[in-house]
Amino acid sequence: MVPLSWYIVLSAVLFSIGVFGFLVRRNLIMIFLSMELMLNSVNISFVAFSHYLQSMTGQVMVFFVITVAAAEAAIGLAILIVFYKNNPTLNSDEINLLKG
Amino acid sequence: MTLPQIFFAYFAVALTGLSLLVVTRRNPVHGVMWMLILFIHVAGLYLFLNAEFLAAIQIIVYAGAILVLYLFVVMLLNLKKIEKERKFQHIWIVGLLVSVAFLTLLIPLLGKFSVYPPPGEYSVERINSEGQIMTVGRVLYTKFLLPFEIASLILLVSIIGAVVLSKRKLN
Repeated sequence: MVPLSWYIVLSAVLFSIGVFGFLVRRNLIMIFLSMELMLNSVNISFVAFSHYLQSMTGQVMVFFVITVAAAEAAIGLAILIVFYKNNPTLNSDEINLLKG
Repeated sequence: MTLPQIFFAYFAVALTGLSLLVVTRRNPVHGVMWMLILFIHVAGLYLFLNAEFLAAIQIIVYAGAILVLYLFVVMLLNLKKIEKERKFQHIWIVGLLVSVAFLTLLIPLLGKFSVYPPPGEYSVERINSEGQIMTVGRVLYTKFLLPFEIASLILLVSIIGAVVLSKRKLN
């Protein structure tokens, strides 16, 4: 039997790798991918808790997280393409139109 | 080590390695491809946790829809320029320190996690006798009916938002 804490630690490791990617990458697409990685790590801990507590709530939450991730990817990538049309760069440190 | 623990160890090592590969690839197409394998491993972990419906959703929605959308966008943009530039921020060491500090704070706390009785009503035997999809569906359409409708509204907003953003000019 695998203890619950192993799943939670795995989820924490994946989440912090996602945080690392989110903070250090320059390319906006890779930043989005790091965000998906963080959402997935949270999903793993939700499903693990759902299994070990014998409750369905965790699985339903994962369902909603996947819905929100799909919406976020669609809107975020649309914004990215619109931005790229006006200003052909994807580097987060070169996007400074609103900088005072 | 028992057999389930060996399975879990494989998934844990593979997921950690794949996520490190995802965040360090220079070419976004390679990153998306490693992400695809990572999502399939996450689906395997869901199967391991007795959540077949979510494993199927993970493959269909994440690997089949979201990642294909990412690939489309990567193909639309100019990759030749990206490949020549440096991939990390100048202050990447700060990001590394933040994530390592986050992990060292979390792991001693989370390593002690365990479940106390009483567990809920959805035991593995009950789910297997009723059918996994039926159990999830029943919970989704009774206890979580309002959040389910709100989720449909979120999807509608994202559809309209994507159409409005991609239109050149609104009359």
